[in-house]
Amino acid sequence: MNDPPPQPPEASGYQVTLDVVDISKAFGNVVALRNASIQARAGEVTAIVGDNGAGKSTLIKCVCGVYQPDSGDVLIEGKRTEFASPEDSRRSGIETVYQDLALVEDLTIWENLFLNRERTKGVGPLKFLDKTVMRTEAEEMLARLQVHIPTVRARVRRLSGGQRQAVSIARAAGWGSRIVIMDEPTAALGVRETGRVEELIERLRSDGLAVLVISHNFEQVMRISQHVWVMRQGRVTTGMRTQDTTARDLVAFITGAHDAGGNGNAGAQ
Amino acid sequence: MTQQAPPPDAATASPEPEGEAAAPATPGRGPLERLRDPSFWANWAVVVALVVLVVVFGTLSDVFLTAGNIDAILVASAILIVVTVGQTYVIVTSGIDLSIGSVVTLASVVLGYAFANAWGIAAAVGIGLLAGLLAGLINGIIIAKGKITDFVVTLGMLSVASGAALVLSDGRPVQVQTRFLLELAAGSIGPLRYMIVVAIVVAGIAHVALFHMRFGTHLLATGGSAEVARAMGVNVARMKIAAYTISGFLAGIAGVMLTARVGAAEPVAAVALLLSSVAAVVLGGVSLFGGRGTVVGPVVGAVLLTALVNGLTLLGVSQFYQPIAVGSVVILSALLTRWQT
Repeated sequence: MNDPPPQPPEASGYQVTLDVVDISKAFGNVVALRNASIQARAGEVTAIVGDNGAGKSTLIKCVCGVYQPDSGDVLIEGKRTEFASPEDSRRSGIETVYQDLALVEDLTIWENLFLNRERTKGVGPLKFLDKTVMRTEAEEMLARLQVHIPTVRARVRRLSGGQRQAVSIARAAGWGSRIVIMDEPTAALGVRETGRVEELIERLRSDGLAVLVISHNFEQVMRISQHVWVMRQGRVTTGMRTQDTTARDLVAFITGAHDAGGNGNAGAQ
Repeated sequence: MTQQAPPPDAATASPEPEGEAAAPATPGRGPLERLRDPSFWANWAVVVALVVLVVVFGTLSDVFLTAGNIDAILVASAILIVVTVGQTYVIVTSGIDLSIGSVVTLASVVLGYAFANAWGIAAAVGIGLLAGLLAGLINGIIIAKGKITDFVVTLGMLSVASGAALVLSDGRPVQVQTRFLLELAAGSIGPLRYMIVVAIVVAGIAHVALFHMRFGTHLLATGGSAEVARAMGVNVARMKIAAYTISGFLAGIAGVMLTARVGAAEPVAAVALLLSSVAAVVLGGVSLFGGRGTVVGPVVGAVLLTALVNGLTLLGVSQFYQPIAVGSVVILSALLTRWQT
């Protein structure tokens, strides 16, 4: 089996927030992950690239508690964790921005930001929503990330794709989270909106969060990430500092053209 | 229902009936402009329709607007209101409860059976309510845990409940005459009849729970997008079970009210109640896809349907035309919801 790729020395200054060690996951006879290992550091954007079916989504679903890996460990700040549900991982400070199932369209922005974390007031079992507090805090959550939306009372249905993604990211970032995972955060967006979302990602990074991004867009990976992991056929075949590689190299790693001699050969030939 | 994202400048709140109405839209958007917005009319269609109906019948009939007749309309709509509130909760989670009418019948017959077997009236009412609640709970568990389509499950329950009512009563009505039920049917607090009080209390609690408690938000989220709700950690299955159980329990309350009104427990399936409850929910602007709606809208819808039938009767229109009128109003209002935003 593949060993986890060695860490490039220039990364050592950053704290490893997420350490995924040798996880495997099979669905019946289909092996989706084989001893996959990745790391993500605070204050960095870590990208995962790979072809369709390479196991990227399965990997992050194991991290955020949607799936439970068959074997291997997930360490958060050095501590071994096991997540039975997305709730568990959220409690450990991992937030996920899902590709298309992020927001309830018929609820307002503030209701979405506070979904399942509603602020209530009242006594005993009689607890009522504290709408004033939630609206104010929702405005603050958006303002902190410089997300401009006319009113948090608008229904999500009335927002553009970019605004929706901004709201999802603000929600993920707004709960004292340490790790934010994004699955194709700009897949459905136009050029300008993509730019805004990339600015948001940069803001989360500079706030000291560990940001993990799945992307098919190599230019984007080169633009926004500091580290990149390549997945192929359920394995993490290689990982490298983004500055040491090129978009062309990434394509070669993904298709396997660069990969004949094994792995861990950190890019940039 | 289009899923397309409107342009960013559309991201302003519009007047909506459920408490978000206070949100100021774009500054400078006056009331006149609001009136020209088709979505305003779609959201308030049921109130507008009720006003039109009251004006028309009030002009055509001398009796329609008398205190006695208004009282009669409200009392007659009380049972429908209670059932409609239950149907609203289910439809808001993007389900439908087709068993609602026969569960009313079952609850009534269980009450009558217990009463005929010398249970006290309190115990008889209690077991009637319990029967409704259990029918709803079974619906909910099979739909949420068994992952069977709501349509099929509640259609099956419709048959089971009306069959059980026939078996239990041996097909015969049971007289249930006690002071408690007589008082419920005819008594009043001041000018408000108990039947109306029950309906108002039920609707009031349902409104508060839907819009001022976590439970309601989670219910709306479940109906709006079960996947998103699940991803955010909402227990979607529990929400659905709760909605059907509430619907069943309210059908039980309606069963008690029906028994009081008729003075007997009759094993006749209340099919009209099912149709009217769905109609009132549609009239009330609740999305049949789930995720959005109000309690006030369907309640006004239930009053409207009752007033429509009452007015037509007063005008001497043959009973045979009434279902046509009711059906047309419902289809028209469903058409209006296309402009809802």
